[in-house]
Amino acid sequence: MNPIETIPADKVIVVRDLTKKFGDFTAVDHIRFEVGKGEIFGFLGANGAGKTTAMRMLCGLSKPTSGHAWVAGFDIYKESESIKKCIGYMSQKFSLYEDLKVWENIKLYAGIYGVPAKEIAPMTDDLLHRLGFEKEKNALVKSLPLGWKQKLAFSVAIFHQPKIVFLDEPTGGVDPATRRQFWELIYQAADQGITVFVTTHYMDEAEYCNRVTIMVDGRIDALDTPKNLKEHFEAKNMDEVFQQLARNAKRIEK
Amino acid sequence: MIIKYLIEKEFKQFRRNPFLSKFVFIFPFIMLAILPLAANFEVRDLNLSVIDNNHTPYSQRLVQKIAASEYFHITDISYSYRSSLKSIEQDKSDLILEIPPRFEQELVSGQDAKVMISANAVNAMKGGLGSAYLAGIVAEYNAEIRAELMPAGGKSLQSGMDITKIFRFNPLLKYKYFMVPAIMVMLLSMICGFLPAFNIVMEKENGTIEQMNVTPVGKFSLILSKLIPYWVVGFLVLNICFGVAWLFYGMWPKGSLLTIYLFASIFVLAFSGLGLIISNYSKTLQQAMFMVFFIIITFIFMSGLYTPVDNMPQWAQYISDISPLKYFIRVMRLVYLKGSAAADLREPFMALCGFAIILNTWAVISYKKSQK
Amino acid sequence: MSKPDTMTERKMTPGENWRFFMAFVRKEFHHIFRDKMTMLILLVMPILMLVLFGYALNTEVKNSRFAVYDPSHDDVTREIVEKLQINNYFILHKMLKSPAEVDEVFKSGEVAMVVVFSENFYENLLHGGHAQIQLIADGSDPNTASTITTYASTIIGNYQQELLKVGKIPYQITPELKLLYNPSMVAAYNFVPGVMGMIILLICAMMTSISIAREKENGTMEILLVSPMKPLYVILSKAVPYFFLSIVNLLTILAMAVFVMGVPIAGSFFWLILISLLYIFVSLALGLLISSIVSTQMAAMMISAMGLMMPVMLLSGMLFPTENMPVFLQIVSDVIPAKWYILAVKKIMIKGLGAEAIIKELIVLGVMAVALITVSLRKFKIRLE
Repeated sequence: MNPIETIPADKVIVVRDLTKKFGDFTAVDHIRFEVGKGEIFGFLGANGAGKTTAMRMLCGLSKPTSGHAWVAGFDIYKESESIKKCIGYMSQKFSLYEDLKVWENIKLYAGIYGVPAKEIAPMTDDLLHRLGFEKEKNALVKSLPLGWKQKLAFSVAIFHQPKIVFLDEPTGGVDPATRRQFWELIYQAADQGITVFVTTHYMDEAEYCNRVTIMVDGRIDALDTPKNLKEHFEAKNMDEVFQQLARNAKRIEK
Repeated sequence: MIIKYLIEKEFKQFRRNPFLSKFVFIFPFIMLAILPLAANFEVRDLNLSVIDNNHTPYSQRLVQKIAASEYFHITDISYSYRSSLKSIEQDKSDLILEIPPRFEQELVSGQDAKVMISANAVNAMKGGLGSAYLAGIVAEYNAEIRAELMPAGGKSLQSGMDITKIFRFNPLLKYKYFMVPAIMVMLLSMICGFLPAFNIVMEKENGTIEQMNVTPVGKFSLILSKLIPYWVVGFLVLNICFGVAWLFYGMWPKGSLLTIYLFASIFVLAFSGLGLIISNYSKTLQQAMFMVFFIIITFIFMSGLYTPVDNMPQWAQYISDISPLKYFIRVMRLVYLKGSAAADLREPFMALCGFAIILNTWAVISYKKSQK
Repeated sequence: MSKPDTMTERKMTPGENWRFFMAFVRKEFHHIFRDKMTMLILLVMPILMLVLFGYALNTEVKNSRFAVYDPSHDDVTREIVEKLQINNYFILHKMLKSPAEVDEVFKSGEVAMVVVFSENFYENLLHGGHAQIQLIADGSDPNTASTITTYASTIIGNYQQELLKVGKIPYQITPELKLLYNPSMVAAYNFVPGVMGMIILLICAMMTSISIAREKENGTMEILLVSPMKPLYVILSKAVPYFFLSIVNLLTILAMAVFVMGVPIAGSFFWLILISLLYIFVSLALGLLISSIVSTQMAAMMISAMGLMMPVMLLSGMLFPTENMPVFLQIVSDVIPAKWYILAVKKIMIKGLGAEAIIKELIVLGVMAVALITVSLRKFKIRLE
């Protein structure tokens, strides 16, 4: 790859031939894509396809075997600490501290990401009001229902107005209605100019994204808007698109 | 200052953990109360089975003399070696004294009179010391008899050297003086070394550590935030220990508290480093626990907690040389019991500083925010 | 949580039951073997403990450093110092130049004992008949202090006899000493049974309880319980691998003790194994009991460590003799299964006694096994339904 290839200025994520191998096993196979500011970018695929591995590399949680990527303009090899300042993250395990209260979790992350101390309390109240969680301000996170935890975790992840927020399977284990509500929050964030990078194995959520990629066996086998993909594969919905691609897949369960 | 938020979080979690917050204060209390009582190597109150086949005033006097000693209880008077042996098999007696039938005759006629001492040596020390004490009483008795039986001119055979034994710092040779300072060190190491390690590994296991790894929080801040609360708690516990030791045992450091605090700080620094290393190399709580157990067995036991380092074979002493505990236990005992000042303790000071530097460097290097 | 109706309708044949059971057992074995670090420590630990307790933790006093303050400087005092150095009990560290140095040398912890001679030692001995020696020992280590002063005074006493050149002392009582069961005074004899007790407890109680607690914590326990196999067998399948592990360890310890450390199995091997098996059952039951009352790994670990291992180490007679303890601690010690096991092992292995000698221990352990197994199974039944 050309080392002096210029990075498109308006793209918040640029990925070139990113690869991750664990011994003989190639989890992520030379993937390549770009994500623009304010986009809702979906990373679809079956379990074990490599989505989470790819995302972890972009967040600086894992070092690639080869290839390059830039997140928020920073090189993921050399400037990963700078990347971390501009991003938010929410993982499958929700990563809020269960034994801390709602407002304590917010304060912790706000402080870590540099929100000025004076502003934390009013911003917290504002957020809780918007979510309708005012009564739960002093509740321990472990006492909240799953759907609320997810919304809270997302809100905490974007509290400091990051450029990009990475969501790793954020809606696991809740009913479709709750998932819809969650995606409302994602839309609001995107409207504010926050780029949303989300992995999921729910194909219906693909419809909510601006563009999606579908990963199969570590490769990106499709990358386009949901509308275009359905036309191209002559499918009624994203599920059918996926079925056609997955028929050739070798890896299923991880 | 980001670390302020992290420390706040740690303290809150600590307080809310119902088990941990109570454990950290109750456990030292229990240890200090029970361990010195249990850990007693004194050889005393030995049960003696006596076989007197002689039945003369001389043999009876010997038996009475032994009975009067505070070391022995005569629990069994039997008529055969076999039945005495049975009482040893059943652990009813620790030693057997057999006085042969012609004891008095042999003694009075100027020949050598023999007695048989058999000791249960499963516990080698008990057997060894016990039989030595008994032999000592026999020797005293011997001297008394000799003085009576010999004319006044036998003075030249009397011992001319008067040996006096003086026990400094602990005249009554109480075990707790030996144990209590060492127990404090052990408690401090557990609270400041092992508990933070478990804390970190638990976060690894349930994934919350990843959330931290993806934030701009630096390695140092994260590690410090995990350690500082435990340092504070450890310091508190140390002071509580001083109080408990005074309350229960009337022990108060003879030397300066400041010296103890100084050494404690360096020791805690070193030992938390060790705890961090453990947590860096463990993926699950079970692994961490095993490593900790391993360290307790090797380093804590070999650092002179229960048995003095000087008694150990050379190879074991080398191992103890790489244990920070050995040095701090020595210091604690020296300051607590003898009032040694910092000037006397230069060598352990250097050693502990060395440990602090090496262990913490290793810990920081091996902590990885991103995996391979 | 109750199973769906379809599940409870279907009864499994004994053959199916057995195959399911074996599958679960195999799965558990895989879990264990995959964790290489734990496996390593598990196999190394007993050997380590044996070596440590057998060789390193020595209550025998050797190589004690001492200092001498000798204002006399005559032949006799020099001879005495020689005699003290010759054997391997003592090492001469320093000759002191003034009484003030005595304090210093203790404060810095350099020596365990200072020998102080009175002035004009030999002269006084010849003319007046009496001369003084002070053996000042560092009492902060009471065991060492009392031992080295005893040794030192014995050595000096023997030297006196020589000095006074007495040929035959009349009216001499000579004690003949016999050390039973352990004539060469190997410290390991006392510790090997203790190590056996500890390791079995570690594996059977601690590891089993942590393993079950881990499944509970992960939520995978519920998945296992939904299988057609009776819940009780699920739990038992978790205990089986640790049963085997502990037997392997037991045999390793015995092999090491007998072939490397020279500790004999003086009595019947059969009874030794039998009582060990009994103790293993007790420990497994303890592990099951603990796991039935905790919901997290951390709690399982803390309870097994603090509530089991600690008291066992301290109060079972493994490290410290129980006879010296105050009465209330001895009562606590009686409740600890390890204490009875260790006692029985000592009787069989080292004293070489027969089965009759351990009847009490067999009964106590038997009762404990039955009681614990009943209680823990009942607790599990309640929880699972």
